[in-house]
Amino acid sequence: MRFTALAIRNFKEMIRDPLSIGFEVGLPPVFMVMFWALGESVGGDIFTATMLAPAVTVFGFAFLTMFSAIMLARDRQSALLSRLLTTPLRSSDFIVAYSLPFILIAILQIVACFAMGALLGLEVYGNIGIVFLVLLLMAICCLGLGTILGSVFTENQVSGVGSAVIVFVSLFGGCWMDMETIGGVFQGIGYSLPFAHAVDAARDVLMGSGFGDITTDLCWVLGYTVVFFVLGVLCFRWRTRG
Amino acid sequence: MKESTKVNKGNMSCPTNENDFAIQTFAITKKFGNLTAVDGVDLSIKSGEMFSLLGPNGAGKTTTIKMLCCLLKPTAGTATVMGHDIQKEPLAIKEIIDVSPQETAIAGHLNAWENLALICGIYGLSKEETRKRSEELLELMGLTKRAKEQARKFSGGMQRRLSIAMALISDPQVLFLDEPTLGLDPQARRSMWERIEDLKGKKTILLTTHYLEEADALADRIAIIDKGKIIALGTPQELKNSISDKRTMVVKARNLTPDSIDGLKKMYPEAKKIEGGVEIRANELSFDKIVDFLRSKGATIESMSMKEPSLDDVFLQLTGKELRE
Repeated sequence: MRFTALAIRNFKEMIRDPLSIGFEVGLPPVFMVMFWALGESVGGDIFTATMLAPAVTVFGFAFLTMFSAIMLARDRQSALLSRLLTTPLRSSDFIVAYSLPFILIAILQIVACFAMGALLGLEVYGNIGIVFLVLLLMAICCLGLGTILGSVFTENQVSGVGSAVIVFVSLFGGCWMDMETIGGVFQGIGYSLPFAHAVDAARDVLMGSGFGDITTDLCWVLGYTVVFFVLGVLCFRWRTRG
Repeated sequence: MKESTKVNKGNMSCPTNENDFAIQTFAITKKFGNLTAVDGVDLSIKSGEMFSLLGPNGAGKTTTIKMLCCLLKPTAGTATVMGHDIQKEPLAIKEIIDVSPQETAIAGHLNAWENLALICGIYGLSKEETRKRSEELLELMGLTKRAKEQARKFSGGMQRRLSIAMALISDPQVLFLDEPTLGLDPQARRSMWERIEDLKGKKTILLTTHYLEEADALADRIAIIDKGKIIALGTPQELKNSISDKRTMVVKARNLTPDSIDGLKKMYPEAKKIEGGVEIRANELSFDKIVDFLRSKGATIESMSMKEPSLDDVFLQLTGKELRE
């Protein structure tokens, strides 16, 4: 597989910058504590560790979108990438090579969030393995979105657009509020995007639902994942074609 | 495509069989908006030839290379690399070429070994082959000692050498070197020339440069490009001969009087006084006559030499401007 060599390079590029990894993995548990503390003082069902852990994890993936997009956008302007464009690598190879390394960060984020959750009283009634898989799929979906942003925007633009994505995900993912109670257009938008579906599915499984109960939610996430990656490859091809 | 018989501008002793050409361009043109960067260029580069595109910055050298390695689509015309059309079979071309871009193109956080392994991995070389070739190239480029350090800590010259090593490691049939010595100090430039010289005849190399000495020292043939057009093509010697049939002799002598120079001017109207001697330009130069005449006027001749026309002169004559601003 041709993309492996480039994926390894990107992985090394990433881990040799330990500060940003610390930031990416350290941030979600910090948010866990903040919102849990908020819940402790104001109350509310949504700010318990069990409800928060999936929400904060998905929120953390929005940072993954930004970081993977920044890496791709930065390299797209570099001489190295234009040299690599003269090698037999295809657009799809580039897209895979720029997403794969971040899956490790995603796994660390999930583990960090749930470890912090456990300290704060997380309760698990369902299969934690399914929760992990749901969240991992959501992470890959977010990386797909990152490949689109990283292909279309420049490094400077992507920082701004990425911040917007983070706010967007936290609002429409139903991370900090119950979508059902808000209702209306807001809920409509939220449930036509994958983020709220992933949060719901993970929460449901934690509460004891089985795999059969979350297939609709999973289809939403899976569908968006495929669409994002296909668009990512097309955007990359469009932006790198002379 | 295969039937077309493009005649090379220099009308050199080119092979007549199309298959002997590694690179052929057919009125290849690239426009960026109103700017025509490359304007109907026809080139035929033989297999194993070291061919140089020489021209000032912005002449269209890099754009030509980018089209040949399938990074840019031509606005009109086309080209073939080892018989593959650049627009129809880019992947087939990418398998057999490699490029050293004008900018140093390395992964800064990887060390020299890892940078080379990256390229080997993309071309699907085995681990054993990767190790062997990396070892050789690191040695050749003088990078062995610091090969385990991250490349971003290297000096500019070392990064440049690593960047070129990365273009060589896939052992491409066709190699594009875009300004390989740009930004190197004169000493590093000379040693890079030696390394490029070693590759001569082993692969087809298209080298762009705006250093006349570089094209002169390395290239089998040179195409001079200006404002997107090829304005001259030939071996370095042919280009120099082409500008004039006249030869120039430089005589260094002591006790040269104005009288003796005037005398020389009667024999050779284009004789002129230079620092410490006299320079004589003519179709025919008689060594004996010049020596006899100067000695009869009491001059002591220290040296006499023929001055070759330089590519500078060629460029000046063709474009009416100096190559370097």
